[in-house]
Amino acid sequence: MKIIVGGKFKDYPEGLRLSALIKQENVETPEYVTVALNDDFVESAAFDEIVLKEGDNVEFLYFMGGGGE
Amino acid sequence: MTVRLSAAAYAGMLAFAERGLPNEVCGLIAGEVRGDVKIVRRVYPLSNLDASPTHFSIDPKEQLAAVRDMRAGGLIPLGNFHSHPNTPARLSPEDIRLARDPQASYLILSLSGRPALKSFHIERACATEETLEIV
Repeated sequence: MKIIVGGKFKDYPEGLRLSALIKQENVETPEYVTVALNDDFVESAAFDEIVLKEGDNVEFLYFMGGGGE
Repeated sequence: MTVRLSAAAYAGMLAFAERGLPNEVCGLIAGEVRGDVKIVRRVYPLSNLDASPTHFSIDPKEQLAAVRDMRAGGLIPLGNFHSHPNTPARLSPEDIRLARDPQASYLILSLSGRPALKSFHIERACATEETLEIV
């Protein structure tokens, strides 16, 4: 199946779970990654439950925050 | 790694930070990498969800839109920036704890006294200051 990862079309086998995609894409510091699936942000607890499907659009982001004190 | 940005980009970032007082402001920087120099081509002022003088969280929806805009413009994400309204341009423990992208440069613009901008690389809670050039 073809999915979009970070703006690029990629071929992956059917039945691929989101957690497996994170490994396949060698995402750095995966424990901190935020995932948007078709523009919806996904809770990390659901990474292993979500099965990707043809045409899905996946983006990896990192939370950016901090403070001055 | 050196981070290079134009005087105009710096002026825009400073004006954004001053408009945002008393709160911290934040955003992303994008551009290109040539050798060991990150050249900032665009600054993205984004919303601080915390609306706080001591904390910031970049709106992830705006972050996603900015990343897509970078991609459409042939730019790559280079890092982020935020202001410190009342403290120096140094990393706070929270800045280090929450720095989760080892590829990013983390810029801090202090408005405490004379404005000062510094850039840092943070990886696995280890921070090093980067050379910053305003040209």
